[in-house]
Amino acid sequence: MKFLLKQLHKQKHLFEPGGKLELLYPLYEAQETFLFTPDDVTKGPPHVRDGLDMKRAMIMVVIALIPPTLFAIYNAGHQYNVVNQVADATFLTHVIQGALIVLPIILVSYIVGGLLEVAFCIIRKHEVNEGFLVTGLLFPLTLPPTIPLWQVAVGIAFGVVIGKEIFGGTGFNVLNPALTARAFLFFAYPAQISGDQVWTKVADQSEVIEGFTGATPLAVAAAAPEGSSVIEVLNEAGFTLNSMATGLIGGSLAETAVWASLIGAVILILSGIGSWRIMAGGVIGLALCSTAMNMLPADSFSPFTQLPFHYHLVMGSAMFGLVYMATDPVSAAATNRGKWIYGTMIGVLIILIRVANPAYAEGVMLAILFMNVMAPMIDHYVVEAHVRKRRADIKARKVSHAQG
Amino acid sequence: MHYISLAVETIFINNIVLAYFLGMCSFLACSKKVETSFGLGMAVICVLTLTVPFNWFIQTYFLRDGALAWTGIEALASLDLSFLNLICFIAVIASTVQLVEMVLDRFFPRLYTSLGIFLPLITVNCSILGGSLFMVERHYNFAESAVFGFSAGAGFALAIVSLAAVRKKIRYSQIPPGLQGLGMTMILTGLMSMAFMCFAGIDL
Repeated sequence: MKFLLKQLHKQKHLFEPGGKLELLYPLYEAQETFLFTPDDVTKGPPHVRDGLDMKRAMIMVVIALIPPTLFAIYNAGHQYNVVNQVADATFLTHVIQGALIVLPIILVSYIVGGLLEVAFCIIRKHEVNEGFLVTGLLFPLTLPPTIPLWQVAVGIAFGVVIGKEIFGGTGFNVLNPALTARAFLFFAYPAQISGDQVWTKVADQSEVIEGFTGATPLAVAAAAPEGSSVIEVLNEAGFTLNSMATGLIGGSLAETAVWASLIGAVILILSGIGSWRIMAGGVIGLALCSTAMNMLPADSFSPFTQLPFHYHLVMGSAMFGLVYMATDPVSAAATNRGKWIYGTMIGVLIILIRVANPAYAEGVMLAILFMNVMAPMIDHYVVEAHVRKRRADIKARKVSHAQG
Repeated sequence: MHYISLAVETIFINNIVLAYFLGMCSFLACSKKVETSFGLGMAVICVLTLTVPFNWFIQTYFLRDGALAWTGIEALASLDLSFLNLICFIAVIASTVQLVEMVLDRFFPRLYTSLGIFLPLITVNCSILGGSLFMVERHYNFAESAVFGFSAGAGFALAIVSLAAVRKKIRYSQIPPGLQGLGMTMILTGLMSMAFMCFAGIDL
């Protein structure tokens, strides 16, 4: 490590003001701080030192994203091989096939977004931040495996520029950049990101496995005919609670990996980066809202309303969204009480959009974006209420003092 | 139940600012502070709740084609005065705003000064006139128009308060010089209406 540091410092003069590569200083800085704790001191007090600066925090999120990413690769290949009836498929061929599908998407996202990020850093002279490593990985993981690569490029460009960089870079954005990118694609090119045909790559339409429709569990449940039991409809389509929790089904790349997201949740909570209040609030909101839906009379509403909440939890991207997207510390509510409200509302909205809105099959992305917009308002009123309470307390104390 | 779904629909699904983009000027200009925007939101709620049912009354009993039939005079019964819709609506709105202004000046002088010119400008706030015109177009009855007026105002208030809170948050962002102020607010409005799209399509 010492050797590496020496080599780095040897190059430093090139990048400092007056050096040959002065313009590229952000790149040098990024490299140095990625590998080592920087030796410069903040300009003003307080000089608090903590091993966990923003760079390490972001890397922790990337680490927490590894299980869903690996599972996404395996599952994409598995789905492809099963649906296309590839002969003698093994674990290895699953992984290779999956890598062929998933890695290009991730690479395009990283390259296009990374170039834009660095260009902004050089022009606007701020630090290149590892926050991009998170956005650039989260975004492709929310896409269907069949997405055209140029759309990945357009989406991540929108997410990085409009979602983050015009606000001044990492830490200043209002909406979650990865979700902004996905929402942009979702509304601009709906044909490639919604419907039944995009969730599994099909090589030859005439050779797919018998009975394959490509519909996701949410689409199946929403289309359950009146008077039927939604769980039976799901089971008939091949989706049981177990199969949905295991995640070997079609869907957005990482959303099906419920258990992998749970591993990520443990990492995020233990390292103190993801807020457990938001995750817990989300699960509670989801459970409350879907239980309330269960109370509706079964015969006058669609059977989807009767789905118990633990099904909702493992279906779609609820887990993935709550663990990785909702907990984004920049766009989420910042106060503790605000986090509870924010998380709970996300859970409630997810169910409302899923069940009551026929326009969208899945509501996680839009629910989180909506609450991102509302988060500053929640914070404002939580702080306000707190101030008011403290004032009243002081007043009461003064009164009792005067009486005493 | 019908009224609740109408209210929900007007606040969230057909939000007057973020789905129809009415009332943009005050939405952009008065959202610098949460308190001010809350005040403006309340004023808009107040004006809309009063003017939409009142305009409904005028429209139904005086202006609509054949509205004057209740007088029993034949010549009047066949009269169609709906070309007067716009001018009558604006007159009603202007006088209501005037009343709200007096009340605010008397009871909330701080809010009155912080709203400044935008309070009288509510008169020409597109969302207010838009509320009345939507009422005509959608053939609401009296109760519906009252609910619609209130919830359109509530939708405006919700949008402007949340925008003000977001703007309070981005005060510390390093926004490129060319985008500071109004430019950023425009982009935020776009992003917000994208977020509000989550309700689009719900059929109540």
